[in-house]
Amino acid sequence: MAEPLLAVRGLRKHFGGLVATDGVDLEVAEGETLAVIGPNGAGKTTLIGQLSGDLRPDAGTIRFAGADVTALPAFARSHRGLARSFQITSIFREFSTLDNVALAVQAHAGHSFRFWRPARAEAALREPARAVLEQVGLGGRGDVAAGTLAHGEQRQLEIAMALATRPRLLLLDEPVAGMGLDESVRMVQLLRALRGGHTLVLVEHDMDVVFALADRISVMVYGRVIATGSPEAIRANPEVRRAYLGEEVSA
Amino acid sequence: MTSRRRALTMAVALAALAAVPLAAAALNQPFYLDLFRRIMIFAIAAVSLDIILGYGGMVSLGHAAYLGIGAYAVAIPALHGLHSAWLQWPLAMALSGLAALVIGAVSLRTSGVYFIMITLAFAQMLYYVGISIEPWGGDDGMRLPGRSRLGGPLDLGDPHVFYYVVLAILAVLLLAGERVIHARFGTVIRAVKSNEARLQAIGVASFRYKLAVFVLAGAVCGLAGALLANQTEYLTPSYMHWTRSGDIMVMVILGGMGTLAGPVLGAAAFLLLENVLSAWTVHWQAILGPLLVLVVLYARGGLWSLVPGGGARDG
Amino acid sequence: MTGLLVVEQLLNGLQLGVMLFLVAAGLTLVFGIMNLVNLAHGSLYMVGAYFAVAFLGWTGSFAAAVVLALLATLAVGMLVEVVALRTLYERDHLDQVLATFGLILFFNEAVAIVWGRAALFASVPPALGGFVELLPGLRYPVYRAVIILVGLAVALLLYVVVSRTRLGMLIRAGASNRTMVAALGVNIRLLYTIVFGFGAALAGLGGLMAGPIYTVQPGMGEELLIEVLVVIVIGGIGSIRGALVGAVVVGMVDTLGRAFLKPMLATVVSPAAADSAGPALASMLIYILMAAVLYFRPQGLFPAARS
Repeated sequence: MAEPLLAVRGLRKHFGGLVATDGVDLEVAEGETLAVIGPNGAGKTTLIGQLSGDLRPDAGTIRFAGADVTALPAFARSHRGLARSFQITSIFREFSTLDNVALAVQAHAGHSFRFWRPARAEAALREPARAVLEQVGLGGRGDVAAGTLAHGEQRQLEIAMALATRPRLLLLDEPVAGMGLDESVRMVQLLRALRGGHTLVLVEHDMDVVFALADRISVMVYGRVIATGSPEAIRANPEVRRAYLGEEVSA
Repeated sequence: MTSRRRALTMAVALAALAAVPLAAAALNQPFYLDLFRRIMIFAIAAVSLDIILGYGGMVSLGHAAYLGIGAYAVAIPALHGLHSAWLQWPLAMALSGLAALVIGAVSLRTSGVYFIMITLAFAQMLYYVGISIEPWGGDDGMRLPGRSRLGGPLDLGDPHVFYYVVLAILAVLLLAGERVIHARFGTVIRAVKSNEARLQAIGVASFRYKLAVFVLAGAVCGLAGALLANQTEYLTPSYMHWTRSGDIMVMVILGGMGTLAGPVLGAAAFLLLENVLSAWTVHWQAILGPLLVLVVLYARGGLWSLVPGGGARDG
Repeated sequence: MTGLLVVEQLLNGLQLGVMLFLVAAGLTLVFGIMNLVNLAHGSLYMVGAYFAVAFLGWTGSFAAAVVLALLATLAVGMLVEVVALRTLYERDHLDQVLATFGLILFFNEAVAIVWGRAALFASVPPALGGFVELLPGLRYPVYRAVIILVGLAVALLLYVVVSRTRLGMLIRAGASNRTMVAALGVNIRLLYTIVFGFGAALAGLGGLMAGPIYTVQPGMGEELLIEVLVVIVIGGIGSIRGALVGAVVVGMVDTLGRAFLKPMLATVVSPAAADSAGPALASMLIYILMAAVLYFRPQGLFPAARS
């Protein structure tokens, strides 16, 4: 059997006395969509941070695309094919929408020690950026300052920037956070379309989104994964129900 | 402001600067030639700081260190009979760049408050080193044995020639700066200021770019230092004192940071203000201080933002 | 180089360290709790020194001068906080740097206007003059010994306040989560003003004690400030314990370096080389130390845990 694209073993992370990640094991096969769910404070964002390279785990390993990336910084993981979108929108607000995406393209188009030619004149950066904007549905918004986009559009830009780096695996931290119903539906359609060519690891609270997209679900509580399986299996799992709904619920 | 408008404004400003020597001669006020030359030299230093501060978001309180290094890179060879500007000035830039490389390599590992304090500390360290080296005048400084020699008809002893040399350097710097800001490199630097975490997430190893721009800024400031030594013909370690760094920072902010024209305006405003205020009272800093506080609190865009159509950040 | 000489320099290093601590404690608290870069903290040290000289001249009594100078510095500190610094808490660090730089310019000129630019002479009070024999053969100035004792007493006081009192609890809470403390209904503004005033008083104490030993002149605050910043960077921003450890370490390294580096160098290189390189290297020591600490622990030795 092929090695999973992403394999996490025994991941541990604490902040002072607080244990945020308490021995997490995860595997994601290429092409599949894994959703990570759990109550607030379960440690999902900390997990994403360690997967993307923004946080250093205290123990455990992360293997991606056949190599150990545990000690690799975020920018290096990006070049291995790991891209992330942020829960709290993190874009270049002063740049135009197109410039945001073009910069992501630029980051993977050789080095940036170029001092003379305007970056805006490089068609090799602009064209792919435009294409990605079309793909996420921001086709006409390229010239708008990113900071002035509507919230939902900014979330789309988040995805666009991750996509522009041509990743193998997308780490999506609450992609529909703060979105209204229509926007969420559009986002789900976009993510559905992405599933074919990419592997997705998705942290979400919105269960409709989770069930619409996930091949498998992992449930995290207090920093550990208490169950992993198909959506049906997870729905029926008594431990999961207890974790979410408390002790009082009957099966 | 569109780039065409910016270019036009820049051209007008440079033309105005070019006209100063003629005006000074006509009014028989050679002092103004000297003053505006000083303004341009500090404008070069201020632009170099703005590249890392206004565009890159790196608040370096130790930039004057490179001013001092550049100055001494002219004086010390001159002391040993080496007067060629073609030796001294590249040396000034190389040494300043090297110092920036070392200081940057340590400082850029930190950020925020730590970064401010560390750049300040390192610059002050150089100042203390400077005052303890007796052969180079120590605390009292030293006289420049003679101005740098450019060769041929370019005699820096002639105030007009010197003026136009400085103007040419400033013009080249502004032109080059304009290109760099919009090139890949400048885009990355501006992104560092905007959202460095995001920049790393999309795959840019931001540290090397920050260090590179830090070195470039240091080298350019070193050139300003070399010109300053020629201007005053006397240099002391106080060129590196952190309050000098503060002055340059004030020029950048006063003029409008994050723009190329802003620091030039700011240098002019600061030095002209100093000139005017110190004629009133020897305690002019007691006025400048609160004035600065007020500008910071209420007029953040600086003077450039008051120019019609100006103020919009480059990029 | 006798053992007694070493002990004497160790004591001097401790004395410098204690002085640095007094100024660093206030500064690190202000950084840590209010997230404010206050370059003008050195000015409060300077103001304390000037007030002490002035009040001594007025009243003739050292004790009265100390009390009055402390109160006056406290008042100036609180006034500055209310008038100029309040608006800066919300601003970014660059704004704070510039605004407090402006304050430095103002304070330096203000003291020059009132007292002139020349250095003032502050004498050691007669009651604290003379020497005390600490060890056989080692006579140490009483005044410096008193400074050390006062500094250590203040450190102890701060420890008690911060870890045992309600105010201290608020300070520690504020250092790690400002918004939460405000949300709990604590009067944040008042807390800030108190903290700032406290820090100002400490700096003023340092200044008034420093008067007789170092020169009282415009700009004296900034010379100390740089070393204080090194202390805080080494110790960790927001941490009083870090400020104490950092201060003692910096005080020792600086003093011992200046005293012994040149003679030590002279044993390996020529006296002439040691003569020129010695002082230069000695002045670099604390910065090299800072760089080394930062290399291994970029957050300093005892960073205050932040959320």
